Amino acid sequence: MEQLVLFLPLIGSIICGFGYKYVGEFAATAFATGLLFIAAILSWVIFINFHGPTEQIYIMRWIESGELSSFWAIRLDRLTSIMLIVVTTVSALVHFYSFGYMSDDPNWKDGESYKPRFFAYLSFFTFAMLMLVTSDNLLQMFFGWEGVGVASYLLIGFYWRKSSANSAAMKAFIVNRVGDFGFALGIFGLFYFTGSINFNDIFAAGPSLKSENIEFLWMEWSAIELLTFLLFIGAMGKSAQLFLHTWLPDAMEGPTPVSALIHAATMVTAGVFLVCRMSPLFEYAPNTLAFVTVIGATSAFIAATIGLVQNDIKRVIAYSTMSQLGYMFAAAGVGAYQAAMFHLFTHAFFKAMLFLGAGSVIHAMHHEQDMRNYGALRKKIPYTFVAMLIGTLAITGVGVPLTHIGFAGFLSKDAVIESTYAAHSLVGSYAFWLLVGAAAMTSFYSWRLIFLTFYGSPRGDIEKHNHAHESPFSMVIPLIVLAIGSIFSGMIWFEDFFGHHYNEFFGSSVYLSPENHVIEHAHHLDNWVKLSPFLAMTFGLVLSWVFYIRYPSWPSRLANTFQPLHSLLYNKYYFDEAYDFIFIKGSNALGRVFWRIGDGWIIDGGLNGLALRLIPYLTKLSGKMQSGFMYHYAFAMFIGLGVLLSWFVIKGVN
Amino acid sequence: MSSNALTIIFSEIALIVYVLGALMYAVYTKKDELTSKLIWLTSAVMVALGGLIVFFGSGESTAFNGAFIDDEFARYGKVIILWSSAIILILSRDYLTKNLLLKFEYPILVAISVVGMMMMVSAGDLLSLYMGIELQALSLYVIAAFNRDSVRSTEAGLKYFVLGALSSGLLLYGVSLIYGFSGTTKFSDIALALGQGPTPLGLLVGLVFLISGLAFKISAAPFHMWTPDVYEGAPTPVTAFFATAPKVAAMILFTRIVFDAFGEIITDWQQIVSFLAVASMFLGSIAAIGQKDIKRLMAYSSIAHMGFALVGLASGSLAGIQSLLIYIAIYVVMNIGTFAFILSMEREGKSINNIIALNMYSKIEPLRALALMILMFSLAGIPPMLGFFGKFYVLKAAVDAGMAWLAIMGVIASVIGAFYYLRIIYLMYFGEETEKLDGSMSTFGWMTLMVSAIVMIVGVVNLFGIERIALSAASTLLN
Amino acid sequence: MEIAALAFYFFAVIAIISAVFVTLSRHPVHSVLWLILAFISSAGLFVLLGAEFLAMLLIIIYVGAVAVLFLFVVMMLNVDFAALKADMAKFLPIGLLMGIIILIELGLVFGDWNFASNSLELRAAITPPIEDIHNTQALGLLIYDDFIYLFQAAGLILLVAMIGAIVLTMRHRTNIKRQNVMEQMSRDPSSALELKEVESGKGI
Repeated sequence: MEQLVLFLPLIGSIICGFGYKYVGEFAATAFATGLLFIAAILSWVIFINFHGPTEQIYIMRWIESGELSSFWAIRLDRLTSIMLIVVTTVSALVHFYSFGYMSDDPNWKDGESYKPRFFAYLSFFTFAMLMLVTSDNLLQMFFGWEGVGVASYLLIGFYWRKSSANSAAMKAFIVNRVGDFGFALGIFGLFYFTGSINFNDIFAAGPSLKSENIEFLWMEWSAIELLTFLLFIGAMGKSAQLFLHTWLPDAMEGPTPVSALIHAATMVTAGVFLVCRMSPLFEYAPNTLAFVTVIGATSAFIAATIGLVQNDIKRVIAYSTMSQLGYMFAAAGVGAYQAAMFHLFTHAFFKAMLFLGAGSVIHAMHHEQDMRNYGALRKKIPYTFVAMLIGTLAITGVGVPLTHIGFAGFLSKDAVIESTYAAHSLVGSYAFWLLVGAAAMTSFYSWRLIFLTFYGSPRGDIEKHNHAHESPFSMVIPLIVLAIGSIFSGMIWFEDFFGHHYNEFFGSSVYLSPENHVIEHAHHLDNWVKLSPFLAMTFGLVLSWVFYIRYPSWPSRLANTFQPLHSLLYNKYYFDEAYDFIFIKGSNALGRVFWRIGDGWIIDGGLNGLALRLIPYLTKLSGKMQSGFMYHYAFAMFIGLGVLLSWFVIKGVN
Repeated sequence: MSSNALTIIFSEIALIVYVLGALMYAVYTKKDELTSKLIWLTSAVMVALGGLIVFFGSGESTAFNGAFIDDEFARYGKVIILWSSAIILILSRDYLTKNLLLKFEYPILVAISVVGMMMMVSAGDLLSLYMGIELQALSLYVIAAFNRDSVRSTEAGLKYFVLGALSSGLLLYGVSLIYGFSGTTKFSDIALALGQGPTPLGLLVGLVFLISGLAFKISAAPFHMWTPDVYEGAPTPVTAFFATAPKVAAMILFTRIVFDAFGEIITDWQQIVSFLAVASMFLGSIAAIGQKDIKRLMAYSSIAHMGFALVGLASGSLAGIQSLLIYIAIYVVMNIGTFAFILSMEREGKSINNIIALNMYSKIEPLRALALMILMFSLAGIPPMLGFFGKFYVLKAAVDAGMAWLAIMGVIASVIGAFYYLRIIYLMYFGEETEKLDGSMSTFGWMTLMVSAIVMIVGVVNLFGIERIALSAASTLLN
Repeated sequence: MEIAALAFYFFAVIAIISAVFVTLSRHPVHSVLWLILAFISSAGLFVLLGAEFLAMLLIIIYVGAVAVLFLFVVMMLNVDFAALKADMAKFLPIGLLMGIIILIELGLVFGDWNFASNSLELRAAITPPIEDIHNTQALGLLIYDDFIYLFQAAGLILLVAMIGAIVLTMRHRTNIKRQNVMEQMSRDPSSALELKEVESGKGI
């Protein structure tokens, strides 16, 4: 059954991608979608029935070379089963949604077949992601890691006629290379120390690694700190954390279902998954964990501030994603991996829904993405409005304070914030205050999105407003399913993920060191701590209402008053510009030097001389030798013989 | 000399008895009308004998005072020889029919030649080595000239014969020097004689002569000159046969004699073999660039490939022998597939060998073009095709044996050599449209082409376990 | 100098001189005749070694059969060897150079020659005791017993040569009449003769 879940998407991808010419577009895409739904159902069956210890399901021998020996196996434990349902469910819904969304895309000419390609990429992505989450060793994980990277690249650049999509795809790929480099170094380092890449062996080696040192970049480091740090670099790249986050907003160039699936619900959470999966190592590396918390909390805060002023509906949600990922890392950093996984789980539902809802709005508005041109859409697209509203309630964390009743985000986000406080450490407090601040801002920009889109008066092209229409059923149904998840997933699984029995639920999949009591502490916190995120949320909501409903002229006045701050935020802290200056211009200059001297002069000059002069000359010469006369041939043999004989005779005489 | 000896050489005897029976039957009954059936039957016998060796061959035994050795190393060679010859025999049928060459002597001669090759790989004595070589070669001379109405075929046969006789002369001269020194022709006794004291120059000279004779058989440069002319002139199925089984036999024999008889003076023959390897790799790669005839091109290709296999031998280590065995197995499969294709190259019933005729072939027969492309990639040694792994093992063995310079030469030669393989692909996919090829392919030929192409890709998984077999075959030689 | 040594040098010198003339003589028939002389002197060398049987074989087979066959072939083909040789003259200097180099090297080899310590025993080991058996018998024992494998292989090689000669040269002409002995012998008058009644005075 586990194998089926893993391979059904691959089969779907292959048949859809290569076979659509034979079976027809609709059949191919429907086939891929159907397989994913089966996979999703099986995943739920696995999730619900899973209670036991970690299982390893063998598929085949993979690579054996010297000391390195690895099997291709599925590691089935609680973490895997959670990821399975997240991936397959969202993926199945996104497939379904894409029927409507991709039906008449203005980016393609008449008669071009683009849908099967799109579905094949989606299915391939799902396969790669499943490879990642089911991996039983680092190599397998790296395969999935790069596989999702490729799929992401292909899908961001799906509209290949748009040059902005192409450069966004390349940007995503290249920025991720930086993280992957760290990840790969981490894998090499682990293999160097443990002689194995299998999780079982590596996890068992955690305590012994703590006492080892390694020299790296002319410094002596604690092995475990360095290795976990390198792994986290990989996680930072994939999960778009601060410094490696610039690709995520640009990735919105891809079709909206892609943003929902890859850049919100699944791939970007791979970093969080990696940290949780590697908890048996991270638990021994307190400094790395502190770093994880700081980066996570800071990312959450910075992303939220940028989100405040963005106008593109998808970019707002993208920054929101980055912010929420920061929450997860902050939780993992203080040792509350369960809280991180919980937030990952609920976030998948409401963020996918927000994206799909945004897609529905964009669809309705004929691919207009600027919120300033929206307004008063709630009557035109009521279902979408309700879905977006539920998503916003979930992400901002609406619920009944001090109880466990509320939307999904209410429970998971509060769990994260409480955990950071419960760590009772310096970085924990740092994270707590930043996250509470971020919660207020989340609330502000989420409601801003709702207000700008659905309330007020129509702005922008009035023609588009008149033609705005509700999306087809294929797009509405996934929204409904996800809405159910956004409302209830928090309440249903709160006890399992974060309640008193979290240890039974997670079993051996997450390792907590004996000193780690963060979650127990989090259960017994002062009420003001538990209330603070709610208060922050309310504050954000009220402020947003004042700004965008009550006094709509305030935002621009405020922006004018604080012009420098506004442009700092609006330009995303000038990260892109700084990177452009340092890395792109710098490496371009360096590259030009290598190109002129190394490539143009040495390699081209040298090789051309060799390939275009010397070798043809030798070829002609050998052609001449092959005269066809037998005695020439015999003579050549004798010359060869003479040379060999002389060699030995001369050597022997000496 | 006992019944035991007869069981040891059972497969040779069985094949020869079959051949004599078939010869008699064909001569006294319907003669050439039987050829088609005879080809199938001969192939079946060869396949069955190969299977017999695979399933029942075990252990290490000698017969006739050590003149005949049956060990895993020999069996490895015999199975490749028998099976590849069987496939090529069946592939020949169509071509021979179309060109009115369907004579019953053809399968008979091929089978006798195969017996000679089996004797070669099992040789444990300089005399049985020579007998095997001559039996094999004489049959090959005849089938090279098989198309006796064609001037080119006759010329090919004659050239091959005269130069082959010359090489036999060199070989025998070397044998006589070696016998003169050691007083024996048995490999194991030569090794004993060598172990006793300093090696005289005379023996080394004898070794040079002996290796020169063998180098002619594997067409290593500078003893390769016959190859392009003979490959071009001989009927295409004969060329296909030349490029596969005899090369395997000679290579295995070469390996056995240098290790079994001259294992004491590895450093000496390493120099000869390295010279041959470098010369062959570069000559094969460079000279092939100028070729327009695909059979000539394959001739140079086989010269270069033999050079690579010799790199494995030059390593002089267990890993080296293993890599050589892997290399020739892969080489044979690639060549069978490629020749299955070449046999189908025709226009209006006439065989075409000019590679220009492949222009835009991908539009006419996309699947065949794809298969040929895979084979060409593999021949060029481009990963992830199997051909890459062959080269990889060989070069790795050289590096491990401390002969990194040889490996570097190999890499350079392989880069140069990639040119002409890629040019064929270029012509098929990006060439200009010219007169088209219209040849149909027999089902068997088509299957052979496709299977070998698939093998090139699927084999990447574990090389069909040949790595392990080659290792154990190689290790029998070093004991 | 004893007589045996004298005889050895006599035959040896003749063998070498005639071998040189095989390659040098202008007329191919002369070459074959020189070759026959070389064979005969080699046979003499065999006799000196006590291998009379081999010596006789050499004369019967090589002189009697092979050389005579060569003679026929050379005379029938009538190849203009002189023209071929003229072409070869171009390569004479470099060919000579190679020849001299190889000759010098072989000379060095000869000067430096030595035997493996047990080579003589090994050489003697395979032959039956010379004192007891006649050399013809010894040869038979070796060929038909120890070396049966090689002997049979040699037989196969001859078989291939025969098949090859037939395949490459024999032609069935379709438009000629052939004699069929069986058909001739089994012919009887009933099938061969036809009797016609001829009425007198009419003619046919």
